[in-house]
Amino acid sequence: MKTTDPTARREPRGRATTEEAIRLVHVTKRFGDHVVFPDLTLAFLRGRTTVVLGQSGVGKSIMLKLILGLIKPDGGHIFVDGTDVTNLTERQLIPIRTRFGMVFQGAALFDFLTVYENVAFPIREHRRLPEDEIRRIVRAKLALVGMEGTDDLLPEELSGGMRKRVGLARAIALDPEAILYDEPTMGLDPMTADTINELILRCQQELQTTSVVVTHDIASAYRVGDRLIMLYEGRAIADGPTEAIRQHPDIRVQRFIHGDADLKAGAPHTGGGIA
Amino acid sequence: MSVLAPIAKVGRSVTGQVSDFGQFCVFTGQTVRWVLTDFTRWRLLRPQLYEVGVRSLPVILITGAFTGMVLAAQIWYQFQTIGRGAWSGSVINVSVLKELGPVLAGIMLAGRVGGALAAELGTMKVTEQIDAMRALGADPIRHLVVPRFLACFFLIPFLTIYGDFLGILGGYLVAWSNGADPYDYWRYSASGIENWDIFAGVAKSVFFGAALSLIACYKGFQSRQGAEGVGRAATEAFVVSFMAILIMDLFLVLLMQGIYDLAWGRFSMFE
Repeated sequence: MKTTDPTARREPRGRATTEEAIRLVHVTKRFGDHVVFPDLTLAFLRGRTTVVLGQSGVGKSIMLKLILGLIKPDGGHIFVDGTDVTNLTERQLIPIRTRFGMVFQGAALFDFLTVYENVAFPIREHRRLPEDEIRRIVRAKLALVGMEGTDDLLPEELSGGMRKRVGLARAIALDPEAILYDEPTMGLDPMTADTINELILRCQQELQTTSVVVTHDIASAYRVGDRLIMLYEGRAIADGPTEAIRQHPDIRVQRFIHGDADLKAGAPHTGGGIA
Repeated sequence: MSVLAPIAKVGRSVTGQVSDFGQFCVFTGQTVRWVLTDFTRWRLLRPQLYEVGVRSLPVILITGAFTGMVLAAQIWYQFQTIGRGAWSGSVINVSVLKELGPVLAGIMLAGRVGGALAAELGTMKVTEQIDAMRALGADPIRHLVVPRFLACFFLIPFLTIYGDFLGILGGYLVAWSNGADPYDYWRYSASGIENWDIFAGVAKSVFFGAALSLIACYKGFQSRQGAEGVGRAATEAFVVSFMAILIMDLFLVLLMQGIYDLAWGRFSMFE
């Protein structure tokens, strides 16, 4: 990913390496008295699918919104391709955001627009194209996610899985360099969840994007992830290839992977390092 | 508990209110900037024009008609006791055109459209549609607020005129059914009303439309999570718009009178 924003500031310390597309350095965030991230440092590698695991409420979705600048951190720095985007204004963030696609937890389709209009929305916003060309792109993206023939439907007429697929089509409408997925399989039956996993893999293969998948669905994480990161109490306690995380010695990681309810009991743990 | 605690609580509340008002001013500034610099999206404006204009019309017409009728029933009776029932036309119609028409149109629009706008945008906020718009590099104020603001701003004068018309008609029907002479009724009405009165009422309504749409959209954008948060945003939108309309009305009346005096001089019955 190459930066095009001349107003963006470069930071020598903690800057992302060429392998790292996105890097969070000592990020802190709190809401009132609730500290979400006391000190979060992690990176996402270019062209790879990184899955971020963690319990509900650990701040996984907030992390995605911090990356896009939808929420500002209280401290620390966020780098996209080595460019510090932490303190950019809404207007300065627009060129950064157009290089990302985000699939929201509930799909967040615009309920006043049809499926076609939803997918066409970012194209109309950022590209000056004739309607024929817009139609061609929208149809291609809908075909990629298996939603042909749904152009005129409204979001309220779609099932949960269909919404997620249209959300993905909208996210890839501008051929982004990175896609952020917020709980892509949450609330879906196993068959539909697997279809979504398949789509994430297909998008990764066809578009060669950097993908960040936030989930607490272990099966989905193993299926789509090249690399796993586990968040615990606002910190990354495990980070490594999928197989290494499976064998991770930290008992908090093992309990999460195996669905052990004692995880919250603060049981003693070993290791705790980055794999 | 420290003796300073109540003072601190008041201080926090005042700071919160001032901060909230500051955010509202920024929100208004951003909306006006988009209106002046870059709004040409008919596709976004058209459904809002229908929602605000066409769908509000029945409520405004019924409110206008009954307000005129009630006013006539009260005023006609009072004037009739001194044998000057026909004079009531002047009072009824001036009241409708200068005050009741625009204020009631504003309040009805705040109730019907303002609450719905706040609830709609609040729902979009809690379902992350506003975040999704920002994530796609689009400004939600441009796409969501500006069309709603323009629809209210441009259509409230027409709604006010329709409401005025029905109010005048309703007032006349009640007066006529009580035995008012049509010629005298309209003659006194015409003698008591100037073009300025009609203009002042319609001009005030534009301010009411702008205020209620901005307040409703702002409350929607500030909505908290959940059904309760959205419900509260809708209620606050109506209550704050209602109060804003009444407060603005006072200052606009004083302003309009000042302008009138400057242009045509102060009118006195005893000169």
